[in-house]
Amino acid sequence: MSLASSGSLISRNEGQDNMNLFIEKEGKKAAPLIAALNIVIVCAAIIAFFWVSLAIIDLKFDFSFLPKYRNWILNGFKTSLGISLLSLVLSLLIGILSAVGTSSRILALRYFCRGYITVIRGTPLMTQIYLFYYIIGTAWGIESRFISGALILSIFEGAYISEIIRGSYLSIDETQLEAARAVGFNRRQTLRFVILPQMVARTVPALAGQFASIIKDSSLLSIIAVVELSQSFKEISTSTFHLFESYFTLGAIYLCLTLPISFISKRLERRFYYEN
Amino acid sequence: MRIEIEHLYKSFSNSKVVLEDINFCDEVTSLSVVGPSGGGKSTLLRIIGGLLSPTSGSVTVDGTKLVQDERHLIQYRREIGFVFQQGGLFHHMTGRENIIRPLVSVHGYSEKDAADRADELLTRFGLADDGHKLPAALSGGQRQRIAIARAVAPNPKLLLLDEPTSALDPEYTTEVLNMVSELSSTGIRFIIVTHEMGFARKACDKVAFLQGGNVVEYGVSQEVFSSPATPQFRQFLGKMFEWS
Repeated sequence: MSLASSGSLISRNEGQDNMNLFIEKEGKKAAPLIAALNIVIVCAAIIAFFWVSLAIIDLKFDFSFLPKYRNWILNGFKTSLGISLLSLVLSLLIGILSAVGTSSRILALRYFCRGYITVIRGTPLMTQIYLFYYIIGTAWGIESRFISGALILSIFEGAYISEIIRGSYLSIDETQLEAARAVGFNRRQTLRFVILPQMVARTVPALAGQFASIIKDSSLLSIIAVVELSQSFKEISTSTFHLFESYFTLGAIYLCLTLPISFISKRLERRFYYEN
Repeated sequence: MRIEIEHLYKSFSNSKVVLEDINFCDEVTSLSVVGPSGGGKSTLLRIIGGLLSPTSGSVTVDGTKLVQDERHLIQYRREIGFVFQQGGLFHHMTGRENIIRPLVSVHGYSEKDAADRADELLTRFGLADDGHKLPAALSGGQRQRIAIARAVAPNPKLLLLDEPTSALDPEYTTEVLNMVSELSSTGIRFIIVTHEMGFARKACDKVAFLQGGNVVEYGVSQEVFSSPATPQFRQFLGKMFEWS
């Protein structure tokens, strides 16, 4: 019995050795060269798929019109980045306030915050843009599309950030809070020395990810004619009739913005990883 | 230190009664609280430590009755050291910072005095090389010893330990209990909730046996362990020593 099982173990190991160009061994990290090989294979397969698809419908791309529109693109880029940065700050503020508000002892405030988070997270951003821009914005005379765009985006993203913050507060170990009381910290000291540092560690990586969402979601502001990146490309595509080329370039630019952010987010996650 | 407990009751919101009419009055130098799980040991220790308020009844320490409001309890807790079963060190601080921070922020030490005190304790308990590590990088035994060092750093008038070795591998249990015993020999008064009967018997003057929310038996460890007066304690000890 034992002989038979050890025999099969050996042959299984041999099998793994033959396969190890493509399969990661348990508990071992793949060698960089092997990883690179697999990445190349995946990329080649994807490119081939699209290449063939293009060939079937006989579509050819022409990106030569792009340099002519570089000022449009640059301006759109600046607007998108500006709105996103402003929204990041505002939505963080809204997120913190509403997260604190959901556990407020003032009942009206608590229910307002809970209602805000539920409704905003449960409805499409497009609906909110129409509501806040054309009705609320018009009624209260907010003229600037940039400002109202950033505000609407902040209200939208704030609800998600609020949940991130609430989640990271709830994930703090009960014993940590009890230990804070045991060493004699008062409420302010507990917040400052225990709760905030632990929350920052859990929130910052998720916030970086949320910033990537803000950048992508800002493209919807084109429906109220904020001339950000998407709107610039919409205009470029209608004046050049290069629809696909315009939107693929747009996608590539968004990737250039969001990839570094998700990279940073991963790095932060590792940096703040102090448990277990 | 004189601890007086009168008609102490504690029930939680799920209406389970955990402590039922605890009465106690004695000088405490080293006391072990033993008994079956769910008997109310940890709850009692938390009430004595000012971390939990009783449903009714009173605790009096050295003639001063514990006032059950947060402002008074904070002051009281600052004079007590508390060690949890596990996870009591702040995860995001190194062992050394865990000791220094409360000394500076709660007890008014200067940064330098606090650091000196931390290093003195770490060196004394063989932890000098581990103070700069985060709790996650330490062994369970090292974590508990640093937790004890943090608790005794401000010279508390009483040290409370809630099953400090229950989450540890046996090899670490001894090093933690040795540390408690050494502290005890230098005059630190402590109450320990424990399942380590050998330690309760040899290292603690007195023992209280808690079962079903009551102090079923209480007395001098040597006497109570060698001739238990109640059938409950005898039965409990029988179970504890069945395999030893």
